[in-house]
Amino acid sequence: MVTHMDTRIDSARIAETSFGLERAEIERREKVFSISDLGVSYGGVPAIEEVTLDVHGNTVTAFIGPSGCGKSTFIRCFNRMNDLIPGARVEGSVLYHGQDLYARDVDPVEIRRRIGMVFQKPNPFPKSIYDNVAFGPRVLGMKGSMGDLVEDALRHAALWDEVKDRLKDNALGLSGGQQQRLCIARALAVEPDVILMDEPASALDPISTTRIEDLMHELKREYTIVIVTHNMQQAARVADMTAFFSVVVDDDGSARRGVLVEYDTTAKIFTSPSDKRTEDYVTGRFG
Amino acid sequence: MTTLDAPIQMGRQRRVWRNRLFQGAMLFAMLVAFGTLAVLLVDTVVTGWPELDRQLFTEPPSTVAEEGGGRPAILATLYLGFLVLFMSVPIGVATAVYLEEYANRERWYNRLIEVNIQNLAAVPSIVYGILGLAFIVRGIGLGRVVLAGALILTLVVLPTVVVASREAIRAVPDSIRQGAYALGATKWQVVWRQVLPAAIPGMATGSILALSRAVGETAPLIMVGAVVYVAFDPTILGAYTALPVQIFNWTKQPDPTFQTLAAAGAIVLLVIVLSMNALAIFVRNRYRKRW
Repeated sequence: MVTHMDTRIDSARIAETSFGLERAEIERREKVFSISDLGVSYGGVPAIEEVTLDVHGNTVTAFIGPSGCGKSTFIRCFNRMNDLIPGARVEGSVLYHGQDLYARDVDPVEIRRRIGMVFQKPNPFPKSIYDNVAFGPRVLGMKGSMGDLVEDALRHAALWDEVKDRLKDNALGLSGGQQQRLCIARALAVEPDVILMDEPASALDPISTTRIEDLMHELKREYTIVIVTHNMQQAARVADMTAFFSVVVDDDGSARRGVLVEYDTTAKIFTSPSDKRTEDYVTGRFG
Repeated sequence: MTTLDAPIQMGRQRRVWRNRLFQGAMLFAMLVAFGTLAVLLVDTVVTGWPELDRQLFTEPPSTVAEEGGGRPAILATLYLGFLVLFMSVPIGVATAVYLEEYANRERWYNRLIEVNIQNLAAVPSIVYGILGLAFIVRGIGLGRVVLAGALILTLVVLPTVVVASREAIRAVPDSIRQGAYALGATKWQVVWRQVLPAAIPGMATGSILALSRAVGETAPLIMVGAVVYVAFDPTILGAYTALPVQIFNWTKQPDPTFQTLAAAGAIVLLVIVLSMNALAIFVRNRYRKRW
């Protein structure tokens, strides 16, 4: 019975949100990222190849696809987190407000200050809730009242009411869902422009997942959000644009790499995709 | 049914018997180890008790056993301990941070450093003593002073401190580093504000244990000239003797009272070392991480 009801609620939610914004509305908004011919390889082995897509401001863009299709690798190109992996090589270009993120004189530290990230597994620092949120502003030497900054970030992440009386407690004592919202608050505290989320709800229970998804709708007003998810319903619920990635295997079966199959409005991807592989995936025949 | 029952019963009996045998063997092994230690401790305490008085801590050694104490040796051992602490921990932690966070393992010189540290941990301490005699006491002409002894003991324990600190740094999950980087922290900020604070309990435990080893070392100190008879309080740049050397010296004296004095000195040394170990265990339990 319960599962049956859940499914009904799920489809109701999908219908309500009607798959995000219209194409014309999305394209009216500023191009925040413009990616062309992007490829990433680890130690010479390609992980993804020839990805070209644009991300518009104040929208939610979702990357979906089966395991190993390189969607996490791809999202890590947006704030140069792949730099931290020895042997990783990025080709092609990532323009952020028209500026090449991989240009020689660009400092990855400056990029990450503007483009925040939330990870798959909640990773609060082993410090107090307050210090977790204050860490970013402190290392960046931000001015102003730290107390206000922390409160503001926690309010934005819909966590303030739950933690306002125990800001000095260790963050590891929070529940998984609270930890993840703390990680979102932590990312918001440095006042970024973009928030990247790499499967932010995959380690959480359904109620926490719903809260994170509601939060994304809120945050979209002020930030540009890019999310990786292997949960199609989640993409349908939160995203305006959806990119479907898939795995290509060489004829001799030796090499596997991720490719972008289709990138369109979420409504199009989920109702009338132009590629057979997308259709098979979103209808659950594959993956 | 009976045909099945019989072999099952027999097999069971054999296993039970075998179980008991192994249990007994392990119990015996434990008794040998701990029994020996207990006998040694009790014997030392009983022997040394009569001389474990204020005089031991206030008087310099004397040719007359009843009048002698171990004040210079106890003081020098404490000096050595603190000097080793202040030299080995910063160098050891810095080395560990370099190897874990900065060094590129593909480079030959980093692999060389790594192999070297592992080998250095296995070098007998007397070899460090010879090295110290050649390079520190004579080479740079420091002479037979407390500082020279501390430098040598630092070299003896440094590999242990490095290995323990590396373990502690490696135990900090990578997700912490990633989280800090993603907020726009520089490498230095990630290491200094996230990795090191999270690794402190492990590094402290390892360092204290290494230090307690240094305090008990005798061989390298004899090489670098801990003098056998010192009748005055040591200074960092003055002649000295250390507690283990003093104990060794007392045991060589013919008067049996000196044997009692040696046992009393051994009790003091044991108390110093055991309380350092207790501190290490306390630090480890107090700051145990939950990830």
